Formats: sequence, structure tokens, C-alpha cells
Amino acid sequence: MSKTITIDSKAIPFEEGQTIMEAAAAAGIYIPHLCHHPDYTPHGSCKLCNVKVNGRVCSACTFPAMEGQEILNETKELNDDRRKITQMLFVEGNHLCPGCEKSGNCKLQAVGYYLNMLDNHFVHFFARRNLDASHPEVLIDLNRCIFCTLCVRASQQKDGKDVFAISGRGINKQLIFNAESGLLKDTDLEATDEAAHICPTGAILIKRTGYHVPIGERIYDHKQIDQVSLETEHPEHGK
Amino acid sequence: MKQFIQNLAEKNGYQASHLLQILKAIQFRYHYVPEGAIEQLAGLLHIPRTRIISVVEFYSFFHSYPKGQYELLISDSITDHMLDKINLTAYLARQLKVAVGGVREDGLVSLDNTSCTGMCDQGPAGMVNGHALTKLDHARIDAIADLINQQKPLAEWPAELFQVEDNIRKPGLLLTQQIGHGAALRAAFKRGLPETLTEIEQSGLRGRGGAGFKTAMKWRFCSEEAQSERYVVCNADEGEPGTFKDRVLLNSYAHQVFEGMTLCAAIIGAKQGFLYLRGEYLHLLDKLQGILDERRKAGLLGSNILREGLDFDIEIRMGAGAYICGEESALIESLEGKPGIPRNRPPYPVTQGYLGKPTVVNNVETFLAAAGIALNGGGWFANVGTDKSKGTKILSISGDCPCPGIYEYPFGTSIQSVLTDCGANDVLGIQIGGPSGAFISNQEFDRKLAFEDLATGGSFIIFNNSRNILDIVHNFTHFFAHESCGFCTPCRVGTSLLKKQLDKIHEGHGSAGDVAALEELCRLVKKQSHCGLGQTAANPILTTLERYPELYQSRLKKISYEPGFDLDGALEIARRMANRTDAAAHLAQVGEDHE
Ligand SMILES: Cc1cc2nc3c(=O)[nH]c(=O)nc-3n(C[C@H](O)[C@H](O)[C@H](O)COP(=O)(O)O)c2cc1C
Ligand code: SF4
Repeated sequence: MSKTITIDSKAIPFEEGQTIMEAAAAAGIYIPHLCHHPDYTPHGSCKLCNVKVNGRVCSACTFPAMEGQEILNETKELNDDRRKITQMLFVEGNHLCPGCEKSGNCKLQAVGYYLNMLDNHFVHFFARRNLDASHPEVLIDLNRCIFCTLCVRASQQKDGKDVFAISGRGINKQLIFNAESGLLKDTDLEATDEAAHICPTGAILIKRTGYHVPIGERIYDHKQIDQVSLETEHPEHGK
Repeated sequence: MKQFIQNLAEKNGYQASHLLQILKAIQFRYHYVPEGAIEQLAGLLHIPRTRIISVVEFYSFFHSYPKGQYELLISDSITDHMLDKINLTAYLARQLKVAVGGVREDGLVSLDNTSCTGMCDQGPAGMVNGHALTKLDHARIDAIADLINQQKPLAEWPAELFQVEDNIRKPGLLLTQQIGHGAALRAAFKRGLPETLTEIEQSGLRGRGGAGFKTAMKWRFCSEEAQSERYVVCNADEGEPGTFKDRVLLNSYAHQVFEGMTLCAAIIGAKQGFLYLRGEYLHLLDKLQGILDERRKAGLLGSNILREGLDFDIEIRMGAGAYICGEESALIESLEGKPGIPRNRPPYPVTQGYLGKPTVVNNVETFLAAAGIALNGGGWFANVGTDKSKGTKILSISGDCPCPGIYEYPFGTSIQSVLTDCGANDVLGIQIGGPSGAFISNQEFDRKLAFEDLATGGSFIIFNNSRNILDIVHNFTHFFAHESCGFCTPCRVGTSLLKKQLDKIHEGHGSAGDVAALEELCRLVKKQSHCGLGQTAANPILTTLERYPELYQSRLKKISYEPGFDLDGALEIARRMANRTDAAAHLAQVGEDHE
């Protein structure tokens, strides 16, 4: 007999070593997330995937599935908190969606839609963030960075490089580039690197491709992120 | 510089885990970490430059731009504020002609604030180039300003400026008698190590660093791990504002603390231990190194300890200004030479700690108590205290009382008896357990020190009736925003939002819904944050809001909405540019709805 956990009262099988996120996704259950990507070591920082495990708040992307867990995921309480966490990400950076090339393909925006986020709720920080346009093919706009570290991990784990890192402490964190000059053009990043494509927001963009797909025909213009996530990250549930 | 860094790297065995120690030496010498040093180190240690930059930018005591040759820092603990720190700092700034937060033009001196330096019983406190300064007053500030202007090396400064007192006011079970060097270890070997672990179990000893985990259980878990390599870590980060008992224990009871660590090593099977000493306690370093040497010579450290076949040694690693490094997994990251970012758990340190190996992390006082128990037996300890909280607790008492200092009490002691002992009267309330603990009002002094009632890592700050609660909460809330590591969203953004929202109310810009919004935000940060820092960062607001709701409400304007900033103030630049001062160039803030 396989082992099971329950998510919102539904019994879900899991294998030893799986996280709650993995078990859920394999069973076709979407748990909101931004810093998680099934191809990379889980990070556990965005906290959108926080679920209640036997009454305790745990990050689904890092917490191991264990026999007997009763997990709450789709509750009003959790989704209200997730909406506020998303709003926090919006006010911390400078996300001007109507003017952003990524609009419609952006996971941050899509999670906002999914969680029925209608305003920013909190005061804006208006943080002063830089833009690095030095690289011939890749543009980085730190105004939109949410510190998910996916580019850091992709560069290390997929591209075999070490182009990115997060530096600083607390609210003064920033993404930095591995070059003596500190400029993107002097790193060994190439436009074909996984790290150049993994960004869930519009912080890392490939130049001159922004409007190849017109607004209105983009991923989240027609589908909710839960469906897209299960389809692309766990294709067996794409129905 | 090249040769200096080459030598430094060599001295540290080209180990990336020694990065903090290396950067400390560079900061000390150049008063910043130059880009060239980063490049050279990256090559020597075989790590990416970004790793070094991220460490420099994480810790408060490292800088990527030059500070003064004399780096002055003034402690920002609430107790320093209560001792007129603001005016003294302003005076110091005037005497030295340097702005707070700035470097003087000639590069000789820089001045800034820093989180609590652990001298709350002898403040206002500060630091110069990492060395603690105590009891700052006008006379001392004049002296310091003269010494700096004359460019006197620190070695020639009068010793009394650096004098740090123990102030042990009330010793109890642990502090009354020093145990003989090696006595606890001999007793443990004589009794047998498993039997000694049982004694510790029976003593009921729980961790003294705050969380209160059963010590024997932690040691047992660690000893049962399959790995052969294990580590013992003593947590002397003592960053919780208002806590300074570990400083006193390390100054006057270090043998017993090291003995506790060695005992732990014997029981769990570790060969290497670390004392993670907060950067602010640099003044203890040489003395502690000396004690380690003494113990090596006495056969109490090193190979074949007491001829019992135990090999174990202790290395001291210094922190560099980051409260979060007191959190055990962040501490381990820091020990590995990285930014102090708490790990995901599980795995816990007892299974995967330092370098991924099973590691016991305990507080200084926990090791001290464990050594006492090994010598005197579990009953000696368990006979004192309450059912759920055995033994005694060492308190660091500061704030409004005539005799601040170190007090040791059996668990179960009432707050009132503590207050009586330290001579405090006219008390408004007490912050117990530091900012991450709770504020209790003068209606609650019959409550007890105990894990089951008022738990504390040792911080006990007394406020008299002249103090303003919102000023206190303001100080604590800013502390957390400053110390958040920034890893997780709810704390990184949430602590800054808490700061903004509280300031809005504190400064009188709050309106009807603002207290409710503040409370809602508190609950979110508390519930959703990754580690204990975020989970407790809202406590100052929550515990005072619960007790003094009217205090918050009374700060609100009687209108339904109020912008979070000063509308008229924002027009000041425009007025200056237009050279206007007339009434029409001013904007009335949203008018108050008068009743
Ligand atoms: C933000 C934060 C700061 C902490 N600071 C300290 C500290 O300075 N000293 C300490 O012993 N424990 C501190 N702790 C608790 C440690 O994580 C850990 O529980 C403790 O060192 C375990 O030792 P103990 O069982 O002997 O108490 C802190 C925890 C958090 C979340
Ligand atoms: S709660 Fe705060 S300190 Fe802890 S991991 Fe999150 S951001 Fe860092």
C-alpha cells in the first residue's frame, strides 16, 4: 500500500522523499508558488506555498510529505495571506505592469490574478533600483526582481556557471552579477542560458523579443496560473 | 595590500569557511573591504566574488566603501536611549565634526548607530574599531574626541574607557561556586558517559537560548546519527537587545562553559567545537584564547583528554554584526563563511549542521549548566525550579533600576521579587525576553519566570512611569526591520511595512483604520515568516496593543483617511525653487473632522 497524506480532505499518495509540493503536483493539485520550480533545488523563500500541516504553517516546496499529514491548502485564510504576500512583492519593487514587456507572461502578475488581488493594499516603497542594459542580448531590470533566486539556481545547476547571486540584507537585498565590473555584459551569461529565461517576472528579459507575442495572446491572458503550472511543470496533469 | 591578503589567506588555510575572519582583518586594517581585496580573495579561496560581496553586504561590520580610521558606533538599544543616547551622540558628532552615518572629510573618523552591543547595564555604550566602549558621558566623549583628533592609537587610550564590568548582583545555584577545572569531565568519565547523559536528562535542563528544547534529547538525537563526524557549537551571539549574561559567563565562567562543550563532545562523539562569539565581544577574544590554551596545557582539550581517549578542540569564530546569526541554522551558515540566512528545516542541525554533519548548538548558559549537572548530578538541578522549568535562570537586568546587572533565580520566581531585589519602583512595565519576547504591564507582576509562563533568554528591561510605550515599540520595531535577513517575503517586506505603519501612527499621521491595518499586518508577519525573527518581530506591537489599545487609538486623527506622509512638507522643495513662502504656497493637510 502506498503512503498517503490528505490535502483539503482529499487523500493523496506520496513517495518517500517527496515534498508536499511534489506530491500535490503529481496528484494534480496546484499550490501557489513563485520561487519554486520543479527543475531546481527548492528554496522556500517566497512563502506563497505556505500550507497548514496538522495546524502548523510549513512551506510546501521544502517540507517533506509524511504519513498522516493533514494539510490545508485552498482555504480562505491561506489565500488571504497569500494575496497579501503577493501584494508585498508588488509594493517592495516597482511593478508597472501596463508598461512591462512581460505582462501577460508574468507569474507574479498571474498569481495576483489567481488570488484575486485587486489593489496593492500596502504603501509603495518606491525603491531605487537599477537597470542593466549593458549586455547585447539580455536586459535586467531590478525594479521587478522578487529575489526568488531562480536565475541564481538555473545558472549554477543548469548552465554550469555562476552568473548571479543575491547580496545585501533585509529590505536592501539586490541581485548582483559575477563580473569584476559588476556589469552583466562582463559576465559569461549567454541569451541561450536557462538562467536568462527562468525569471518568473520581467526582471530578466531577452532583448528585441518583447512583443513577438502580442498582448492578449499571452500565456495568462487566457489561462489561470494553476492550470498552466500543472500543464507545464507536470505535463501529465495538463488536461 | 596584495601581500597582506596573501598572508591572511595563508594564515586561514585558504578556507572559505574562514571568510568572516579574513574580512574582519581586512576591515580592521583598511576600514573597508576594497574591490581589489575581493578579487584577490576570490582567487585564493576558490569562491566566486559574488559570494564575498554577499558576505560583505550582509554583515553590519563590513563595508564596501571606506569608513573612518576610527570607526565609532553607538549602541541603539532602548536602554541606551533611556540613558540619553540621542543627545550624547549629537554631542559626539559636534565634537568630532562628523555626521551620524557619515565619514569626516579627512577620513579620520566615522560615526553611526549599531544594534544593542550587550552593555545595557553600563550604557550608553559604543564601539571603536570593534572594541567596546562603556558608560559614555560628556567627559568620556570629550576624551574620545581628543584622542581621535590627536590620532592616538587605541593601545594608548586610557583603559577605563574600555572597562567592562560583570555586575553580578545575585548569584544562585550556578554562579555561587566555580567548579574546579576538569572536575565535571572527571565526574562524567567516572560515572560513565551514558549515565551522565541520563543525569542531564533527569535534571530537566532545557535550552537557555530561548526556545527551551530539552538539552539531553538534543544530544541524544545527535549522538544517534549515523555520521561519524559531529560538531559542538556554543551560541554566544547574544544579540537579543537587553541580554548580556553570556558576556559575563564568558568573562568569568569560561572554563565551565568550555567544560560543558567538552562534555557534550564526549557524549555525542565530536572532535571539533566552535564558540561563535558575537563581533561586539571582541574584548573577550584574547582572554578566551588564553583560557583555551590553558585547557590544552592542562590536558582538558586537544588529544587524549584526561587520558580517556577523547580528542576534542575548540575554535573561536567571530560574528560581524547580524542578530539573525543567533538563530542556530543561520549561525551555522555564518560559521561556514556565508551570509547568515536560516536554513529550511528539516533537516535540523542535529542531523545536518555544520558542513552538513550532525551538530549540537547550545547557548552559553546551557553548557555552563550541563557542566554543573555532570559534576553535581541531575537531582541537584531538578530540585530547584518548577515542574516544567527546572533549575535556575540567569537574567540580564537593565533599564530603570538602581542596580542593573546579572541576577540568577530559580524558575518560578515572581516578577515582583525580581523587581524588589533590583530596587526598581514606580514601574510601568517590563520587556521580558527582549524585543522578541513580551511587554508586561504593572498589573502582571505576580507572574512567574518559567517556560510555562514568562519565558526569557535572559533579557529583562525595566521601564518606569516616565517612559513612553510607543517610543519603546518604535525602537524594537525598527530593530527587527534592520536585522531581518531578507530571505522570506513576509519578514523582509513585512518588517519594513510594520516600521512604516507604526511610524505613521507614532508620528500622528494615523487615521481610523490604521491600527486595525497594523494588527492585521502583525498577524501575517508572525504567522507566515520563515524563522523565529519574523515570527516574533511583531511581538512588541502585539503585546502592547493587547494591553494598551487606547494608547494607539489616541494617536489617530479623527478623520477617515490620512496620507502616510506630510503633504505640505513634500511641497517644501517646490516652494524653495519658486522662492515662495506665502500662504497660497502651502497646502493644508486633509482637514480634521472636528466633533
Ligand atoms: C532571531 C533569533 C536569534 C537568536 N539568538 C540567539 C542567541 O543570541 N543565543 C542563543 O543561544 N540562542 C539564540 N537563538 C536560539 C537559537 O536558534 C537556538 O535555539 C539556541 O541556540 C539553542 O540552544 P539552547 O537549546 O541551549 O537554547 C535565536 C533564535 C532566533 C530565531
Ligand atoms: S523570518 Fe526574517 S530573518 Fe527569518 S528567514 Fe525570513 S527574512 Fe530572514
